[in-house]
Amino acid sequence: MKGRPENLAPEVEARPVVLELENVTHFFGNLRAVYAFDLVLRHGELAGLIGPNGAGKTTVFNLVTGVYRATEGNIRFHGAELVGLPSHEIIQMGIARTFQNIRLFSNLTVLDNVRIAYHPHAGYSLADAVFHTPRYRAKEAEMTEQAQEFLAIFGLEERQADVAGSLPYGLQRRLEIARALATRPQLLILDEPAAGMNPQEIDELMELIHFIRDRFDLTILLVEHRMRLVMNICEWITVMDFGEIIARGKPEEVRNNPQVIEAYLGRQAAILR
Amino acid sequence: MLKRLRGPNLLFFGGALLIFVVFQILIGFHILNNFWRGIIYWGAAITMVSLGLNLIYGYNGQFSLGQYGFYAIGAYASADVTYRWTNGDPAGAVVLVTGCILALLLFALVSAFLRRFYGVTAMTKFTAYLLVTILAFFIALRVLNPVLGPVLWSVLGALPAVVSQQIVFFLALLGGAAFAGIISFLFGIPVLELGSDYFGIATLGFTIIVKVLLDNTDTLLPFPEMKGARGMVGIPEWTTWPWVFLSLLFVILIMRNLLHSTYGRTVVSVREDERAATLVGIDVASAKLLAFVVGSFFAGLAGGIRAHDLAFLHPQSFNFIQSFNPLIIVVFGGLGSMTGTILTGFIWIFLLEGILRLVLPQGFETWRFVVYPLALLLMMLLRPEGLFGKYEIPFLRQVLPPLRKKQPAAEEVTA
Repeated sequence: MKGRPENLAPEVEARPVVLELENVTHFFGNLRAVYAFDLVLRHGELAGLIGPNGAGKTTVFNLVTGVYRATEGNIRFHGAELVGLPSHEIIQMGIARTFQNIRLFSNLTVLDNVRIAYHPHAGYSLADAVFHTPRYRAKEAEMTEQAQEFLAIFGLEERQADVAGSLPYGLQRRLEIARALATRPQLLILDEPAAGMNPQEIDELMELIHFIRDRFDLTILLVEHRMRLVMNICEWITVMDFGEIIARGKPEEVRNNPQVIEAYLGRQAAILR
Repeated sequence: MLKRLRGPNLLFFGGALLIFVVFQILIGFHILNNFWRGIIYWGAAITMVSLGLNLIYGYNGQFSLGQYGFYAIGAYASADVTYRWTNGDPAGAVVLVTGCILALLLFALVSAFLRRFYGVTAMTKFTAYLLVTILAFFIALRVLNPVLGPVLWSVLGALPAVVSQQIVFFLALLGGAAFAGIISFLFGIPVLELGSDYFGIATLGFTIIVKVLLDNTDTLLPFPEMKGARGMVGIPEWTTWPWVFLSLLFVILIMRNLLHSTYGRTVVSVREDERAATLVGIDVASAKLLAFVVGSFFAGLAGGIRAHDLAFLHPQSFNFIQSFNPLIIVVFGGLGSMTGTILTGFIWIFLLEGILRLVLPQGFETWRFVVYPLALLLMMLLRPEGLFGKYEIPFLRQVLPPLRKKQPAAEEVTA
């Protein structure tokens, strides 16, 4: 099948398709940011997308989440076309993402950061909100309880009243992931989650990613710069350079691919090898 | 209901009741003269406008200079209703109220219809809603007015004058506020798409447009009774302390309830980070519209209160320079603090229009716009977060739910 490595286990190939990018091309003016990009993710997979700076990885994410509209090609989520939908509707369909630089609502409390993500599932109308009807009280209490359970999962419960911007970096990352998961996604897109982390924090992050995938039954797509993280946790990897796919396969295959080494380390390193 | 009346709630409603009774006595027995009564009413009106602006600017992060435009719309619309009524014409009340109701019903239809399409541009939406609004008011004027006008007149005419007057005043206030809200909805659809700075400039333009239209109500617009730039006279003085008090309480409660709900949180999240808000599934455009429309509704309500206190409206008092008043109050009181806005609103009017007018000689008005910026400048340098920062009285503060306590801890306490 196009958009996946050939040699994956048959039981993986039997799972339903979650995300499908077909021949996606995107131009910024005359700059070709992404060209003829194919990707197929099946349920429960943890796939990686890597490439040197400016390769177009984040653009792919932005195309999937509707920040940009693909110039050409199709993006389907559980079979439904995403191209042309506004971002917030795509998110509500069950895709969540984090950002390369943390984007929390930094003046709001930790609890509110998570509760905001529950908004589409709030279950009460504007009129309920304005008049504080019994329905508002019930749903609000329910929402708060769910948010607190969420924070407890991520070890943030004690800090629910703290302003999000005041948390240490590692916890802000966790909160961002918690907020993304509070939108009840089926597909989680992580944009360089390990940026700026030390090795110990990366180990914790790897544990966390495995944990949330099992706990929330997620499919995860990961963009990352740090080879250690990608090689360790991804089941298969797509490598991009100049907007095109240059390699695709299991981590150990990609690691030894001469084209990948060239893209990452430069031509000289490839020759020296 | 009564079970929840304790703690901060009891304090707030008790305090509100006390304030109401005290001022009712002071005003009822003429202990406060007309000048000071006017100052209080004016302070309340300005506070309502400023609360609306705080919702838009302080909580939603959209810098708006348009609030005086909506204040003016509310004032003129409600004044027109009561003016016509006192002159034996129920058309104002019927057309404004039924027009607004019809427009809202049609808005619901249009929005349900537009939701079925992808990628509808703001201009398309704007055109659709504008056409529907015009249709609604056309139907109200040509179809409903001839039928309902005499009915309303005879029904209310059968009631004692005191009662019918209050009902008409209620309809006028509500209609004026709703009309301001509808206009802000139409204006907001295309303009809120702009970034915050451009939005500020567009709203400034809006205030100027409204002022120019009001200058020409008798020539460009078909409202000879508004008398254009000469100013509208003959508005009944129907604003009383209970109306002022209830309107302000209504505004405070609505705003507080809204902010403490998930809708309020979407409004605040847009201020914090628009992109992040979109990507947790929040429709940023409607969150902005919500804050803008509610804020303008408050301004329209305040306009009605002010118009029926002054009994005289002049376009010059809705000049764009005036529209800086609520902005200064909001910044002074603290962006994102309702308590700050309420207190500063009253203090502002009390000091600048009350005390200083008595103390300083006649020429002071000329110096006002030297004093305002200086005061604002000092404020920015000394206390940039505003007088009250993010402080709220307990009633207005959002209560954080307690941590879910683990069982053993509870047992320890009892043991």
